[in-house]
Amino acid sequence: MSATTTRPASPAPAVALKRTATGEHPAIKWLLIGVSVVFMVLFLIIPLVAVFFEALKKGVDVYFAALAEPDALAAIKLTLLVAGIAVPVNLVFGVAASWAIAKFDFRGKSLLITLIDLPFSVSPIVAGLIYVLLFGAQGWFGPWLQANDVKVIFAVPGIVLATIFVTFPFVARELIPLMETQGNEEEEAALVLGATGWQTFWKVTLPNIKWGLLYGVILCNARAMGEFGAVSVVSGHIRGQTNTMPLHVEILYNEYQFAAAFAVASLLALLALVTLGLKSFIEWKTRHEHAVLPLEAPRQT
Amino acid sequence: MNPRPAKRHNVLPGFGLSLGYTLFYLCLIVLIPLSAAFIRTASLSWEQFWGIVSTPRVVASYQLTFGASLIGAGINAVFGLIVAWVLVRYSFPGKRLLDAMVDLPFALPTAVAGIALTGLYAQNGWIGALLAPYGIKVAFTQLGIIVALTFIGLPFVVRTVQPVIEDLERELEEAAASLGATRWQTFMNVILPVILPALLTGFALALARAIGEYGSVVFIAGNIPMQTEITPLLIITKLEQYDYVGATALAVVMLVISFCMLLVINLLQWWANRRAGRES
Repeated sequence: MSATTTRPASPAPAVALKRTATGEHPAIKWLLIGVSVVFMVLFLIIPLVAVFFEALKKGVDVYFAALAEPDALAAIKLTLLVAGIAVPVNLVFGVAASWAIAKFDFRGKSLLITLIDLPFSVSPIVAGLIYVLLFGAQGWFGPWLQANDVKVIFAVPGIVLATIFVTFPFVARELIPLMETQGNEEEEAALVLGATGWQTFWKVTLPNIKWGLLYGVILCNARAMGEFGAVSVVSGHIRGQTNTMPLHVEILYNEYQFAAAFAVASLLALLALVTLGLKSFIEWKTRHEHAVLPLEAPRQT
Repeated sequence: MNPRPAKRHNVLPGFGLSLGYTLFYLCLIVLIPLSAAFIRTASLSWEQFWGIVSTPRVVASYQLTFGASLIGAGINAVFGLIVAWVLVRYSFPGKRLLDAMVDLPFALPTAVAGIALTGLYAQNGWIGALLAPYGIKVAFTQLGIIVALTFIGLPFVVRTVQPVIEDLERELEEAAASLGATRWQTFMNVILPVILPALLTGFALALARAIGEYGSVVFIAGNIPMQTEITPLLIITKLEQYDYVGATALAVVMLVISFCMLLVINLLQWWANRRAGRES
């Protein structure tokens, strides 16, 4: 941004020069665009369209009947419940972690960042398995849980735990770079003016990171609602009780109830589209704000 | 209220609380559960462990998982680079929509992707029916697994390469052009060296994701032992047979691979950052 203002006024024809000297031949340009469009349509657009097409193939009545079925409703409720627990829990963690990492210097910081990212590199199946090893009938806490009549595996707590694991890094990894670039000056100013730590956080830090926070929450939520592998290991697939929406899709599909499977899948596809829409909106919004507000400009709160 | 002296003087409060909570939560959710897999496996002797993780069926699943993941990540490296280039350098109708759609595999649940791709590539599906006359079968073959892994890895290369292309200095390309280089020479000798670290990082990220992938693959794979059975599926199969020891041993192999991939990715990113720092 600043480079354009500091650079001495360059003659206007430079723009015209760029087009010829460092642009591709139009034929190559349109070939590359064509390849990209075909690749994206083939791998992304057609599968997405197919979900809605298959869902509505047998008519709107079949579609809504599949969604209104008790097992489907139970799956939708469970999915909302699981995301409703996993997302806020990871949100609190993400804010705490990014506060510690972005605002302070300490040894082992990069190791800590790597460890926070770890759940992204672990296969979802392994993520589910490790909770079975801890809380399953043969697990470390299995006998104790059985003696106290607490069910974690093949029950809702296990599903929540597995979901928290796979969505663990989302908010933190969105916030850490954002807070690092924002620095500490505004918080320090607030403290000098007599604000308490919490006041500083709520009135200074939070407004500054709100878009990044929302961005992380949206991605976290999409994964929490859509997680399949990890949840399928710990769920036990009990219809109406421990089936989330993706697991319900699997069961319907394996029972050859394709229209119903795609109907439930279309809800998840809609969720994906809403997620992408919100994501684009936030990206546009933050770019917009950056363009209008230089970093030093006073912020209206 | 100053638990540990920071390198520079820091007046901000809450370091102890936030770092303490971060470490506590990290241990509770990630580190202790992951260590359970290693501790469980430690009860096996080395011979027992090796016996479990090197049976022909398991080795076939490694070969398939890695082979398909490498091919999928390779396809993404080539096409992802083209897509990233097109999205940064050219303007054409529908570009913003295309840009937003790149992230679809992140947002679309893997099970949904799995049944959608299976429906498309089955012999009576939209794409499968087109390929069937040529004797090409995709669904329920290894080709289907490659298709699914290409789908889920697509955003990684595009999103790691895109910002680097945005930051490319046009002046360098102009200099190369004015010194008589052809556009292809400029690309190979000026542009590619700058974006190579990011391209490799994207490739490694797509590969790491593909190796552990389950949801999108199980539907399209057919899951025939020795042929289309990926390692994560084998873990599930062992769990369903109450073979916890066997499942855990395989999980440890996959975890070690994940850690190695993570190390490689971190090194690549460090290289990319250093390269970027020197360029600007």
